[in-house]
Amino acid sequence: MDNKVNYLLRLGDNAMVLSQRLCELCGKGPALEEDMALSNVSLDLLGQTRMWYTYASELEGAGRDEDKLAYLRDAQDYKNVLLVEQPNGNYAHTLVRQFFFDTWHYFLIGALTKCSDARIAEIAEKSLKEVTYHLRRSGDLIVRLGDGTDVSHQFTQTAVDELWMYSGEVFNYDAVDEAMVAEGVAPAASMLREQWLSHVSDILGEATLTMPPADAWMQKGGKQGRHSEHLGYLLAEMQFLQRAYPGSEW
Amino acid sequence: MSKEWPLWEVFIRSQHGLAHKHVGSLHAPDAEMAINNARDVYTRRNEGVSIWVVRAADIVASAPADKGPLFEPSNSKVYRHPTFFPMPEEVKNL
Repeated sequence: MDNKVNYLLRLGDNAMVLSQRLCELCGKGPALEEDMALSNVSLDLLGQTRMWYTYASELEGAGRDEDKLAYLRDAQDYKNVLLVEQPNGNYAHTLVRQFFFDTWHYFLIGALTKCSDARIAEIAEKSLKEVTYHLRRSGDLIVRLGDGTDVSHQFTQTAVDELWMYSGEVFNYDAVDEAMVAEGVAPAASMLREQWLSHVSDILGEATLTMPPADAWMQKGGKQGRHSEHLGYLLAEMQFLQRAYPGSEW
Repeated sequence: MSKEWPLWEVFIRSQHGLAHKHVGSLHAPDAEMAINNARDVYTRRNEGVSIWVVRAADIVASAPADKGPLFEPSNSKVYRHPTFFPMPEEVKNL
């Protein structure tokens, strides 16, 4: 598979899987307003997914449109990072997962607006306002929960500790990423990681939470299609109808 | 944070609107979150809107019982309405 197609699918899959996770929470948020916000973020990510998939399928030229890419690939063909497929857990888990992702996503999309590929730059430009809002919102909530009650602090700290090992995979560049860096498409991992660590440590500090060591061991494999046990279930639910009635129009 | 989030009234000035209009209310723990929530619930991200949120407790409303004395137009007092002034022809259409 072409490096750029692979790279675009990774971008799309991250947004797709996280969007799906967030939509599971529809009607289950801790407050009506929070419920709306989660659905809003989910819809933003789904919109971004569609743009990445559409461009990927055009480049690939194999007739796999956005729907085929979303509904007819199994777990080993999905290239999202492991972080986004983690279960929603309690609200602290959901928020910490979002916060780790949003921070990376914001700096990545910002860098991609200056991408050598005009189409990628355009998609990034469209997404930038959304991811800026996502970042602001999740950071704000982490501070509220971390610096809230003793109980909310404890829950948030636990979620940070448990999800930390999934936070570093995005900076673990393989041959595909490196090829994209060389082409002037993707930003360097070191730059993103520095920005990520700086923002995360600021927010966690403000939230009176302890940041785990930056050089801790990180789980990886998602980008290469080696996923945790969670993704298969997510896809089974997401793809059921298209598998049962293939080729339908809706 | 108290268990019960206070109620906020939301006023929005739309992109081409001249004034903030009351659009509804929501619950939020503080003003900043009320703004965030208002943006999610009421604006659907229209660009260039302005949002005001006010704690519902800070709004003083007129009492329905006062409706008569406050708002009944003085229809019987015709001298209160400026209908007797002859207008020059040139300004008829102002």
